[in-house]
Amino acid sequence: MKADQTLDCVGLYCPMPIVKTAQKIKELKTGEVLEIVADDKGIKQDMPAWCQTTGNECLGMEEAGGEIKVYVKKTQK
Amino acid sequence: MAEQEKTTEKEKMTIVVFSGELDKALAAFILATTGASMGMDVSMFFTFWGLNILKKNEGAPGGKGVMKKMLNFMNRGGSKRLKLSKFHMFGMGTGMMKKFMKDSRLPSIDEFMRMAKDMGVKMIPCSTSCGIMGLGEGAFREEVGSLAGAAFFLNEARQSKVTLFI
Repeated sequence: MKADQTLDCVGLYCPMPIVKTAQKIKELKTGEVLEIVADDKGIKQDMPAWCQTTGNECLGMEEAGGEIKVYVKKTQK
Repeated sequence: MAEQEKTTEKEKMTIVVFSGELDKALAAFILATTGASMGMDVSMFFTFWGLNILKKNEGAPGGKGVMKKMLNFMNRGGSKRLKLSKFHMFGMGTGMMKKFMKDSRLPSIDEFMRMAKDMGVKMIPCSTSCGIMGLGEGAFREEVGSLAGAAFFLNEARQSKVTLFI
């Protein structure tokens, strides 16, 4: 999947990937896609939950070799 | 759904931090910073042993009068002196847990407090506990807001979607 920006969260545990995503998303324009790369499995549940609460769109995930890539489209105001 | 949420006011989250142990403080700050990251307006109300988390690490122990000075000397507090609620083992267990936290690149309580402050989390010491223990606002670190009482907490809590007691 194509992304406008990437956020590296490899080696970080909850809540840091969420905290960093919330900060990073501010740099994106509405409609742009952020790719978050993480290896804490909690993110598979956490990121869709964060998106639901903040009004962003979780486009999907790719998992390969212990790394999880999550794609979030900025739709919040 | 997103459209609807945009127009409404921010959701609120309120946490009572009654305990003054490292592990419980960690739980409180993880939830507070995550709540703020999820767009919530977070207030943390520190009471009784929880006040230890907010005390300054440096300087003389606070307290007005000899007895209360003694209490705050015994019950020194400060983010760097917090113990684990289990397996403290004269500091060995706590030291090991701090190392594990660092190895996992988890922020320390100090770092969590600064992060929370930057995210707009309010940290409020309970005025009654402060009165009982002889602590003024000067006893606390700079991230801490002004003292408040139970009515303030309940007013925040009744507007909150999430209320926790730790």
